[in-house]
Amino acid sequence: MRLISAEGLAVRLGGNEVLHDVNLSLDRGEIVTIVGPNGSGKSTLLRVLIGAQRPSRGRITRASGLRIGYVPQKLHIDPTLPMSVARFLNLPRRRPAAALRMALESAGLPDLGPRQMADLSGGQFQRVLLARALLERPDLLILDEATQGLDQPGSAAFYRRIAEVRQEMGCAVLMVSHELHVVMSASDRVICLNGHICCEGRPEIVAQAEAYRALFGTGTEGALALYRHEHGHSHDHDHDHPHSHEAAE
Amino acid sequence: MMLDDFLIRAALAGLGVALAAAPLGSFVVWRRMAYFGDATAHAAILGVALALGFSVSVFAGALVMSLVMATAVSTLSGRGFAMDTMLGVMAHSALAFGLVGVSFLSGVRIDLMAYLFGDILAVSRGDLAVIWGGAGLVLALLAWRWQALLTATLSPDLAYASGIDPRREQLVLTLALAVVVAVAIKVVGVLLIAAMLIVPAAAARPLSATPERMAVLAAIIAATAALGGLAASFRLDTPTGPTIVCVAALIFAVVMVGSHLTRALGNTS
Repeated sequence: MRLISAEGLAVRLGGNEVLHDVNLSLDRGEIVTIVGPNGSGKSTLLRVLIGAQRPSRGRITRASGLRIGYVPQKLHIDPTLPMSVARFLNLPRRRPAAALRMALESAGLPDLGPRQMADLSGGQFQRVLLARALLERPDLLILDEATQGLDQPGSAAFYRRIAEVRQEMGCAVLMVSHELHVVMSASDRVICLNGHICCEGRPEIVAQAEAYRALFGTGTEGALALYRHEHGHSHDHDHDHPHSHEAAE
Repeated sequence: MMLDDFLIRAALAGLGVALAAAPLGSFVVWRRMAYFGDATAHAAILGVALALGFSVSVFAGALVMSLVMATAVSTLSGRGFAMDTMLGVMAHSALAFGLVGVSFLSGVRIDLMAYLFGDILAVSRGDLAVIWGGAGLVLALLAWRWQALLTATLSPDLAYASGIDPRREQLVLTLALAVVVAVAIKVVGVLLIAAMLIVPAAAARPLSATPERMAVLAAIIAATAALGGLAASFRLDTPTGPTIVCVAALIFAVVMVGSHLTRALGNTS
């Protein structure tokens, strides 16, 4: 089922064309990752899809009643605004206490309800942001570099949670990521963006594409990305597949 | 009748303004709109001058000018202007034009001080109706939009993703601000309205773990300041508006010192 589609999107910000000719659609249940260099318009594309940025051309079609759960790259809470975790989870809609308890437990933070958001660690903060987005029971979960500032085990755990969420809720997931090796193992489809969509498709196909290599090169990161089975430094990764490639470590 | 007593009317006027200004002030603090509140209040004096010049209600004049200023400022702030400069230019120009404008009105004898610093002891029954009507409107607006306002304050992008338009919520605050300014002129005057917005909210912050608690505490602190200030000014024979603000500032100071001491003690034990 088609959840959201964009046709011929272009976005101008302060006289610069940040995006042009972007066509994109998402179906229920798929995990799609957007990769691209800094300034390639990744965050802008997400902001257009959630309705925060008006495109200068093109149009967006949403399934009727589409619910979006959005996890921003970072969220600055002004120090003058007192905000407990429980209160935060009640935005923008109030939830029953039981739903909040479940959300905190699924996030692995059962006792943190009364804690101030400002006192959370980076990893806890990200999990609360995700928990809040999930309370919307989204059809589409959108994450903007949600693992920024997490260490490798932390971000690996975060992506495992995303995979679980997709299983449980059957929602589509659209995320932006810098961690190419994670992207390659966690996505059904990869979109390589640099002002426009350079290439897209299954991770192993994209990794071979000319445009992708031109963007990410054949340096360490590019090499890591090429090897879908590269497991980084997270040693709790399931090894249910043979390592047929020699990763460039 | 009770309302015949000017002190009772003054107390009710002070309470009305306090109850509306404090929760709105919480948003002013959270959204860092302190200067915005100032600019809106300063514009009101121009509204007063125009109202007197055209012989219409001072309340209406102040409300319209406050609305114009608040709308202008919130529109410009979305367009990448250097806001502190813009606000400085607009707020003080409005104040200056207002003061010059009033000086032209030689036909009427106007006590300018009453508009700059308020004249709570001269509140009439009609004024009371306007103040409580305005305060009720502002509280109803805030209660109705509370969740959306809070989400938009936290992050415009989170609001958009949930189908809330943060620009509409900004408009709600702009409208509420103009109403509070217009009804507060008589009580604290244009120069001290921003204080009634910000000081109680700031004093409530260290005592609050949720936004709701902060808004309610701010209202209680503001009400205490209004009544305490009225009593103090009666006893000490001081101007009432500034005395109310002084009491609020003292509460703020006590809370700040208290919360620092508690934290210091908590760290050593």
